[in-house]
Amino acid sequence: MTEVAPQIKNLSLNFGPQHPSAHGVLRLVLEMDGEVIERADPHIGLLHRGTEKLIEYKTYLQALPYFDRLDYVSPMNQEHAYVLAIERLLGVKAPPRAQAIRVLYDEITRVLNHLLNIPAFAMDVGAMTPMLWAFEEREKLMNFYERASGARMHACYYRAGGVHQDLPAGLTDDIIAWTETFPKIVDDMEGLLTDNRIFRQRTVDIGKVSAEDAQDWGFSGPMLRASGVAWDLRKAQPYSGYEQYDFDIPVGKNGDCFDRYLVRMEEMRQSLKIIRQAIAKMPAGPVMVEDNKIAPPKRAEMKRSMEALIHHFKLYTEGYHVAAGEAYAAVEAPKGEFGVYLVADGTNRPYRCKIRAPGFAFLQASEFMCKGHMLADVVAIIGSMDIVFGEVDR
Amino acid sequence: MAEPLNVLADLVRGKLAQELISAEVKAGELTIVVSRPAIAKVLKTLRDDADFRFSVLIDICGVDWPEREQRFDVVYHLLSLTQNQRIRVKVMTDEDTPVPSVTGVFSSAGWYEREAWDLYGIVFSDHPDLRRILTDYGFEGHPLRKDFPLTGFVEVRYDEEQKRVVYEKVKLTQDYRSFDFLSPWEGMTPLLPGDEKATKDKVTAADAPKKPAETKA
Repeated sequence: MTEVAPQIKNLSLNFGPQHPSAHGVLRLVLEMDGEVIERADPHIGLLHRGTEKLIEYKTYLQALPYFDRLDYVSPMNQEHAYVLAIERLLGVKAPPRAQAIRVLYDEITRVLNHLLNIPAFAMDVGAMTPMLWAFEEREKLMNFYERASGARMHACYYRAGGVHQDLPAGLTDDIIAWTETFPKIVDDMEGLLTDNRIFRQRTVDIGKVSAEDAQDWGFSGPMLRASGVAWDLRKAQPYSGYEQYDFDIPVGKNGDCFDRYLVRMEEMRQSLKIIRQAIAKMPAGPVMVEDNKIAPPKRAEMKRSMEALIHHFKLYTEGYHVAAGEAYAAVEAPKGEFGVYLVADGTNRPYRCKIRAPGFAFLQASEFMCKGHMLADVVAIIGSMDIVFGEVDR
Repeated sequence: MAEPLNVLADLVRGKLAQELISAEVKAGELTIVVSRPAIAKVLKTLRDDADFRFSVLIDICGVDWPEREQRFDVVYHLLSLTQNQRIRVKVMTDEDTPVPSVTGVFSSAGWYEREAWDLYGIVFSDHPDLRRILTDYGFEGHPLRKDFPLTGFVEVRYDEEQKRVVYEKVKLTQDYRSFDFLSPWEGMTPLLPGDEKATKDKVTAADAPKKPAETKA
């Protein structure tokens, strides 16, 4: 009998869509040679809700809550991109106090986002405690959300032309008090992770991306900065008065999972700096433009003025009309560049609203980043990308 | 903000004269329309030329204008990190004519083009892997087209008897409510429908009182 040569076949592995470290509903079809990844084919769209189609059938105001539900860990930044796009088309600008409130809440949201991503990433590679600590802080931040907007997560707080309402009395003092206690949490978390041998072994030199590759794959935010590109929209193309604040942009050197973690850690500290400045500098004044064609009239005014009543009725049934045109507005969301491309046709509904989600570009590069790594590294790479399926699948 | 953009627009007009159909700076954004077959070359020039350096492809998306003969716009957004500029590049196409894929220029184009194919049915030639991306496995139609109904055609539910998910035609318990917002009451358009009657009425009003006066006399 002749000896039959052993047949070597690549193994196909279905990772997800219900895997806890897939960060949602990611189905990753992996083709593996032993434990080494040869091909990774992410199947997305399991959370596709047709947001862009729905927005085309809603008025500009009614479409706003959809933006909270895209990346549901950083809702306000996304509202920000949307209202900036409308404001650009309407040709209005939010008053200074509204801009300061937006900056304040953008940065609170950034901390909120990183407080979910960093411990979730740490948990993917085996550390349990940061998650418990971070969720306690997240709870405090969500209370700040609730006190300003009435909702813990899906705030729906920003409006074209300002924000919905002014901050309640005493809120800024409590936020300042929180910024005093929070650095200790960051230090504690850093103490658990940064010099942790297991954490380093799982993340250093894993998923390395060079600066050229990062640009080629459309990276933005911490993913791009970790690769050594000092690019931040808050500095480069400031919006809502970011140019007034003094803060630094952390940049990585190696572009690996560990650097992405370090960049995010430092961003939280910088966000605290901006929060303090935003509160210290916050000017008095209105939080909404005073054009009643866009902003609703005051409740007290509506009791006396017929005109105000008509404006209110028209705004909340028909909404405002936006002159035909197109605008692309982008903000530095915690995950990267979140952009809204709005095409208006002169009616009260967006003709087309394309949502540019940073996570979509990251996930696309997962094959490029995972190739040649072990299966366990896929988990670390996906964890370091900061993927949320609400925005990837839309 | 506007001035460097005008400089950029002039540079584009100079360097891409053959491919360019129009270039326009509007509301602080530069939009150029180029001819469809040249799109890959245009993006390559925009990426590599030392005056542009648009090294990041931010987004590709479709826009549907069903009343146009070439009903789709394909919109590319580029970002230059060194020049700190953005540019919007557009090409037009219809349902059948393929747009050359730019995956050879930007790796990130792959999924964006898949998405445009999935949602609009825009065909990209030479794309290495033009599969659906966001919609369900086995989905039919292109949902973001303007003629695709918001409610879709099929709905899914878990069937207890067959022990699997089944697809059925959409059943609406209530008709879809679509409101006509383009009412004569809105305040933003300068010319309201019905305004022309105001001048007509004046002419007849001038004539009208005479007749009853005559009959009385």
